[in-house]
Amino acid sequence: MRYLPHTPEDVASMLSDIGADAIEDLFSAIPPDCRRDEDLRLPEPLTEWELNGRIASMARQAATSPDYRVYMGAGSYEHYVPASVSHLLGRSEFSTAYTPYQPEMGQGTLQAIYEYQTLTARLLGMEVANASLYDGASALAEAILMAIRITHRKRIALSRAVHPLYRRVVRTYLEPGGYAVTELPYREDGRTDLARLSDSDDLAAVAVQSPNFFGCIEDLKTAADKAHEANALFVTCFSEPLAYCLLKSPGSQGADIACGEGQSFGIAPSFGGPGLGMFACKMKYVRNMPGRLVGQAVDADGRRGFVLTLATREQHIRREKATSNICTNNSLCALAAAMFMASAGSTGMRELACLNRDKAEYLKNRLAGAGFRMAFPSPTFNEFVVEFPPGFDAGYKRLLERKIVAGLPLGRYYPELQGRYLLCVTETKSRTDLDALISEIMR
Amino acid sequence: MREFPGTTGLVFNEPLLWEKAKKGRCGMSLPRRDVDPAPLDDDLAGDAPDFPDLSEVDVVRHYTRLSQWNFAVDLGMYPLGSCTMKYNPKINEKLAAIPGFAGAHPLLPVEIAQGALRLMFELERFLTEITGLDAVSLQPAAGAQGELAGMLMIHAFHKSKGSHRTKIIVPDTAHGTNPASAALCGYVPVKVRSNDQGILSPEAVAAVTDEETAGIMITNPNTLGLFEENISQIARIVHEKGGLVYCDGANMNAVMGIVDAKKMGVDIQHLNLHKTFSTPHGAGGPGSGPVCVTEQLARFLPVPRIVQRNGQYAFSEEYPESIGKLHAFYGNFGVMIKAYSYILTMGPQLKRVSELAVLNANYVKEKLKSVLHLPHDRPCMHECVFSDRFQKDHKITTLDMVKRLMDYGFHPPTIYFPLVVEGAIMIEPTETESKEDLDLFIDAFKAVAKEAEQAPELLRQAPGRCKVKRLDETSAARHPCLSG
Repeated sequence: MRYLPHTPEDVASMLSDIGADAIEDLFSAIPPDCRRDEDLRLPEPLTEWELNGRIASMARQAATSPDYRVYMGAGSYEHYVPASVSHLLGRSEFSTAYTPYQPEMGQGTLQAIYEYQTLTARLLGMEVANASLYDGASALAEAILMAIRITHRKRIALSRAVHPLYRRVVRTYLEPGGYAVTELPYREDGRTDLARLSDSDDLAAVAVQSPNFFGCIEDLKTAADKAHEANALFVTCFSEPLAYCLLKSPGSQGADIACGEGQSFGIAPSFGGPGLGMFACKMKYVRNMPGRLVGQAVDADGRRGFVLTLATREQHIRREKATSNICTNNSLCALAAAMFMASAGSTGMRELACLNRDKAEYLKNRLAGAGFRMAFPSPTFNEFVVEFPPGFDAGYKRLLERKIVAGLPLGRYYPELQGRYLLCVTETKSRTDLDALISEIMR
Repeated sequence: MREFPGTTGLVFNEPLLWEKAKKGRCGMSLPRRDVDPAPLDDDLAGDAPDFPDLSEVDVVRHYTRLSQWNFAVDLGMYPLGSCTMKYNPKINEKLAAIPGFAGAHPLLPVEIAQGALRLMFELERFLTEITGLDAVSLQPAAGAQGELAGMLMIHAFHKSKGSHRTKIIVPDTAHGTNPASAALCGYVPVKVRSNDQGILSPEAVAAVTDEETAGIMITNPNTLGLFEENISQIARIVHEKGGLVYCDGANMNAVMGIVDAKKMGVDIQHLNLHKTFSTPHGAGGPGSGPVCVTEQLARFLPVPRIVQRNGQYAFSEEYPESIGKLHAFYGNFGVMIKAYSYILTMGPQLKRVSELAVLNANYVKEKLKSVLHLPHDRPCMHECVFSDRFQKDHKITTLDMVKRLMDYGFHPPTIYFPLVVEGAIMIEPTETESKEDLDLFIDAFKAVAKEAEQAPELLRQAPGRCKVKRLDETSAARHPCLSG
């Protein structure tokens, strides 16, 4: 076996040095009542050729670009990943290292993550960002738990326009602690209805998403003010960070914690994971923050270097009093995001964001021109909800046969939005694609 | 004797990204603009992000230089205890990058995502076979989230019986994530000490187990690299009081094809695909921490579950007692592909993996015990734990020794863990290291031990061959500078 270097002579000589007769002797501490009754029943080992063939044939059973045109976002976005980013990310000095517990041997990762933290903080207009969490959903759950720790309150308000799958993860994390979740409805314009917040005085956090699940850009400033009037922390999340290369940043609008999914930045959709939990907050809350942090340090010669820091928040020091149980995070994905942000730069990211918005607006206007109603009038970024006529189910299936995925039907997540579809347009779609989509829908 | 791998060479200085930027550069090819601008209202639009502008060459050199400051499995032996830093096969990387998988949207109608569902379904079956348990969720994104899933299921189990228990038993040898995961679920972790043999005694567990005990979290093999021989009896004690047994499977690499979790009395066990199943650790993730359970707990697993109906795979949410969702979608699918590829490559030879991992650890233990203090001198599993007691006379610590080990070209072992051994040095070689490489590592450590006696200052000044000298972590924490 090519991953196992031991020859029979090696094994014999090592056993002799250990003073054992057989490998089995080394397992003598395992009592019979713990042992398997039979050998592993797994398929016989495949050669590399066989494996290539098997997995390639399975991968062909998934609908992806360029065979398919997928107009689906909803937390996972198709963006172009530059060849340079994929290439650099493939360097095994990055991918086959462990968490840099020994900083002198992990300076590459540490500097890169420090840069990631910096770019993330700048993007979100926040003072400090951590080295990453798992994904947008668990980042939101951790943000809410953090607000609960800071305020010592047990109730939170969560917008119904937050990604429905994120809200389910939040509920899972909050359930055993007995925390109460009040859901804030959305208004007819597609934004969160904050009216009921005024009579609350025991909230730990008010959490919204912008652009929200319907693609609508929330009025973060008003939401932040209302949250702060109630002495609650304002938590804002996102599933499409590219929007903040165009929109006012969460920090500038008053967010105490800003978090979300960073998959858009150089990370393949990969059937939903791994993604990137981006997480940032005000500096005054840093000691309540979950996850790893990289900080600047000096070495014995006074030169600049980087280390994992503020570990006293973490579980290997504080054990049950830790701010979170998170240990392994999504570091390589954070590195991908940093490479992506560095490659595009300020100028490129702005243009990329504009292209997303402009192409989505083009499709929106063409659909409106063709007589379809937009479900919500609020401004959007690269996603929007359109109402297709009753019976469009069949049309959706017909489009699938034409290798077009015409967005996400919302009825499953919002029963009241039966017949509404969440469409997403990124820079990967050309005007020709969008025109073709219109004519296929009209057929 | 072969040369030690550590040497000096030309490495390059590299500033921070924004120290080398110049406004107006761009390192990315942007798509052609083929639609008209549709500007946003001023009350919504902000400034462009304050990012550095760099050319593609700038970016490529930046990260290539940074990469050369890292140590990695592909460069040499990385014997971090409890981290299982085995070789990460390249075919796995290639297969995970196939466009049909890498480009798949998670919310595609399942009819056009059958390949992805099949892969997950089969991986679940493989993991039930390897653990001996009955059902699996692949959703947890890392080991600690697998632990959280386990704690949530224990909570849900007791709730389903109308009871609310308050305590979780956690041995003093547990990973720090164990008590943190229990606390996240509102449980009070109750510490139980390991005995003078380095394992748990049934009496110690019985003494703290009562009707308030929701369960026990036990790592087996434990973090001293020892098999918890009394686990079946301990499981009976906990079960008799109505509690459940959670096994932290971070150390599964020692016992594949050898033990059966269900026979040991384990109800729930998580696995780390990024340890045992060869997926790369990525300098801190992404990992994947599937959670495996017995039949009686399957109804509490996270949703959606993958089911097979009439030859078609589908997601099912029809589990009203499920703990819910832990991840927006299905977990780290990209990592699952690599583990699936590994299991298909190895097949039943996974047992040989464990045998050789244990052989390698025992070999290192035997060869180093003359120069390093070995608190528990008995056959170990996949890792062995030494201490710096012998070096105390020379005022040399574990930290000094492992920093010097870097100069010889090896990554340090895990240090100062487990907490039950003062100055712990926890070595896990894994099965993919050859006898020759182990011998070099052993010689290097022996040379360091000799230097501790003869030239201790060399150790206190170490490392000398890395990009930076020893870093001052204390003042970095006192005056945190977390962004530039």
